[in-house]
Amino acid sequence: MCLAIPMKVIKVINKETAAVESNGIVVKEVNIQFLDNVKTGDYLIIHAGFAIEKINKKEADKTLNIIKEMDGL
Amino acid sequence: MKYINEYRKPSTIKKIAKEIHIAAEQIPHTVNLMEVCGTHTMTIGRFGIRQLLPQNIKLISGPGCPVCVAPDEYIDTAIALSDNTDTIIATFGDMVRVPGSFSSLEKEQAKGKDIRIVYSPLEALDIAKGNPLKKVVFLGVGFETTAPTVALVIKKASVSEIKNFLVLAGHKLITPAMEALLEDREVKIDGFICPGHVSAVIGAVPYKHLTNLFCVPCVIAGFEPVDILEAILLLIKNLSINSNSVEIQYKRAVKEDGNRKAQEAMEEVFDVVDSEWRGLGMIRESGLAIKKKYRDIDAKYGLPVKLRRSKSRSECICGDILKGKKIPPACKLFGKACTPENPIGPCMVSSEGSCAAYYKYGG
Ligand code: SF4
Repeated sequence: MCLAIPMKVIKVINKETAAVESNGIVVKEVNIQFLDNVKTGDYLIIHAGFAIEKINKKEADKTLNIIKEMDGL
Repeated sequence: MKYINEYRKPSTIKKIAKEIHIAAEQIPHTVNLMEVCGTHTMTIGRFGIRQLLPQNIKLISGPGCPVCVAPDEYIDTAIALSDNTDTIIATFGDMVRVPGSFSSLEKEQAKGKDIRIVYSPLEALDIAKGNPLKKVVFLGVGFETTAPTVALVIKKASVSEIKNFLVLAGHKLITPAMEALLEDREVKIDGFICPGHVSAVIGAVPYKHLTNLFCVPCVIAGFEPVDILEAILLLIKNLSINSNSVEIQYKRAVKEDGNRKAQEAMEEVFDVVDSEWRGLGMIRESGLAIKKKYRDIDAKYGLPVKLRRSKSRSECICGDILKGKKIPPACKLFGKACTPENPIGPCMVSSEGSCAAYYKYGG
């Protein structure tokens, strides 16, 4: 039931709806009423047709840096 | 894929696994970590995470598969509702194969009942709009990730022209179940890998109550192998210094206070009530019922049903598996009479169920 893969916003249709894609393939319309300021290019966590959170780029980069350090890169 | 591949890199997986081995040497006894969420169970199986861990670190699967914990009575009620010829049942796909006490929705569908699979509760509302002469009952199951989506659709329906949309509320709250497991003396849990997307909604705060009461560390984790391994590492480090903190590993998606808008939708539509979990029994304040204000949409009141019940208890040990007391291969039926093609218990139905994950990926 859970979809663990973040989807990318390709178009904000109106206050309630955005079109999203994953890996350039799936295009779906999802409800974005639980989020503020959704923009094209944002990555969203989708559950049952609703975006429940936006991926926080800064935090994702921080985690990636920690991972990279661990990896010795 | 962005936000995916980075978290699946084999070299990183190996590095973290090595750190886990080093950290685990500081702990002289066996440590049981429970992954509460079914989607975590799937990642653990798929990426062979158990095999990467030191001998003294054990992962046990918890009750976080929403269809696995729906009790017989819920399925029986849904089936009874489908007996009415003017009723359409709309449900998530995972639900249709879950056995009730005498049948499943899939079997009833084969007999000609109007049971439709939807991906979103919004689709169920559309079905109601398109079938004004029928009653459309959406089966509202799932945890705090799903409950706000259903709450929003209930709110939408209540202010719309659509008067034939109903919800059979069966939502469950995850932290009361975790508390019930900690109170059960037969289950020994030293730390929790907490569900990422439930936490995106509820935040980190509700787990603090658990850590304070029972002194177990909690780490909210993402769904990729690197996320889960990092969470395990954090838990072991916390255990080795006796710290009972709540940490968020999945910071890219989870905020300390969660998603306020989603929480508000839930609070506005649902009351917290005691609720029956398959295998775990009745748990105090662990479920959601539709508020009086929205009673027109509550299938429990709108549509009277006559329940048929047959109590043919099988040898399914799903209850013990959901509690983390036993692992699927301990079940006599596992892989023999019970397979994903022919599931006997709910843990084999959903791909998030422990038995299904074990069957597909092995221990
Ligand atoms: S293998 Fe099947 S019968 Fe056995 S516990 Fe799992 S779901 Fe139940």
